[in-house]
Amino acid sequence: MASLQSLMMRILYAAILLIAVLVLNFSMMHMAPGDVADTISQSMGGADQELLDQIRADYGLDQPFLVQMGRYIGNVLQFDLGYSFFYNKPVTELILQRLPATLLLVFVAQILALFIGVILGVISARKPNGIASHFVTILALFGYSAPVFWTGILLLIGFSLKIQLFPVAGMRDVTIEGGFWVHFIDVARHMVLPVITLGSIFLALYSRLSRATMMEVLGSDYVRTAKAKGLTERQVVYKHALKNSLSPVITLAGLQFSAVISGAVLVEAVFSWPGLGTLAFQSIIARDTPTILGILFFSALVVIVGNLLTDLALRLVDPRVRSKG
Amino acid sequence: MTAPLLKVENLRIELTTRDGVAPVIDDLSFELGAGESISFVGESGCGKSMTALGIMGLLPEKVGRVASGSINFAGEELSTATEKRMREIRGNDISMIFQEPMTSLNPVYTVGEQIAEVLRAHQNLSKAAAWASAIELLDAVRIPNAQRRVSDYPFQMSGGQRQRVMIAIALACKPKILIADEPTTALDVTIQAQIFDLLNDMKRQTGAAIIMITHDMGAVAEMAERMIVMYAGRNAEQGPVEQIIERPRHPYSKGLIACVPHIMATLTEERRELTEVAGIVPSLREFGKNRCLFASRCNMVTQKCLDKRPPEVAFEGQQMSACWHAEAV
Repeated sequence: MASLQSLMMRILYAAILLIAVLVLNFSMMHMAPGDVADTISQSMGGADQELLDQIRADYGLDQPFLVQMGRYIGNVLQFDLGYSFFYNKPVTELILQRLPATLLLVFVAQILALFIGVILGVISARKPNGIASHFVTILALFGYSAPVFWTGILLLIGFSLKIQLFPVAGMRDVTIEGGFWVHFIDVARHMVLPVITLGSIFLALYSRLSRATMMEVLGSDYVRTAKAKGLTERQVVYKHALKNSLSPVITLAGLQFSAVISGAVLVEAVFSWPGLGTLAFQSIIARDTPTILGILFFSALVVIVGNLLTDLALRLVDPRVRSKG
Repeated sequence: MTAPLLKVENLRIELTTRDGVAPVIDDLSFELGAGESISFVGESGCGKSMTALGIMGLLPEKVGRVASGSINFAGEELSTATEKRMREIRGNDISMIFQEPMTSLNPVYTVGEQIAEVLRAHQNLSKAAAWASAIELLDAVRIPNAQRRVSDYPFQMSGGQRQRVMIAIALACKPKILIADEPTTALDVTIQAQIFDLLNDMKRQTGAAIIMITHDMGAVAEMAERMIVMYAGRNAEQGPVEQIIERPRHPYSKGLIACVPHIMATLTEERRELTEVAGIVPSLREFGKNRCLFASRCNMVTQKCLDKRPPEVAFEGQQMSACWHAEAV
């Protein structure tokens, strides 16, 4: 199967890309001042030069750059991201603990933004001068121009303090007891504001783009053909036009994946969401190099996987992509 | 004589443009009998396609509308029919194929789905039955290996094949009228001939009347029994094809015929110098004025042509010409 082969190639490229990311990350971190020895000595309350050298020798920090990098990459390929001296935990464990919260936030925000954005786009494309269309324009203006943390804080003031609808921070209420659904609803309640905050930028982006592509597609020859067949308005718009207008939106969503993750760092900081973003923020302040490297690696992994998923989605939508491979 | 299948009377279609309202079709009347083929001829911008879209009820929304006159199909008035009723007619009783086969098919669905869809919309066929019919139709429009090609996507087919698929879609429900809007303009010459053959065969098999829109006099001679020469949204000349080619009664038809080398050569056995119709079609702003719109390009123009719109003058053999000097052409 040609398409299976091309998919395997994609995965291979992704792996190569990931190693390149590792090299780059490690080099940059190495160039920055300060290292693990500093962190350890700090946590011990200071150390003299001799002890620092001793620590560096113990952790192989006195080795040449390339040897250190080779060792690091070798370890990462065995899923060992090193040890965080700040948290006193292996980095892999630390990240895996935080990753689900971030993935939950990112995917829910991304998917909702895509879904609602496309629907708004379609509705406003059908009536370019209607209320929905003006709403999309205003929404887009707002989404583009309002900084994430500002939207977040505004929502917090509005819907957590003034009207106490949603919790202020965190991901779950530790005092709540009950079965799966009780916890599910609890997490969902905590998620509402962060998801709206993170999703708003992307919602603006996707609704604008899908409005534009939908308007273009609605004027195309094959939509005229569909009308000439005597199909209903609904069939023409949702069967013939929509599927064609999805490709650019999916492509953009794939490209935006990295932006969603960097946006998540800010949103997590505002809402104290216990995810990778908060972890990244704290470990940068603490100069916890192994953790920072680990987070960078994982965000690269998420972006690459996101791009692969984008490719797969495009294949589903457009047969021409399928055949070109 | 039985009532015609399609009777268009004093049709006026208006387009709202930035400069105001322009009558892109101005006082057009014609009749089409069952199984007959008629051809609309004229340069781009003469309102040929607008006539077709008007009949289909597919004028651009909020921009174009039938302002007056009537489109009567088998006793039913189409210009005032509901959208629901028009949907039942489109693709079923009256169907249409377009100029651009490369872009007229939806790129993300297989040709089989696109053929089956029209059958399912109008004939309540099951999925399986519609698919089986799609294969038969592909075979009927002479796409080799229909059984396999039915699952192809449009991008896997050539322009000629795509136009065959369009014809299959248009004829799937055995319509009474097939409107072909410049069906071969985008195709190369050998394919053009094949498509004409196919259309003629399908017409014989299904008994559909054909309205063929073209600017190619050669295509007219091959495809149609009667022709309507249109200029700037108006009927310039109407009549049997051979009669008009032999003895045009309007300077515009004469000019169009003189543009084509082989028609003159075969019909009159003499080869004249090729001429062109100098100038261009007037802009929409000129449409609807009370004078002959062809006057600016006509070599027979007199003051009368500039003062008043010429009436339609009838000649023998159902030929009709809207020219002040029709007798002298």
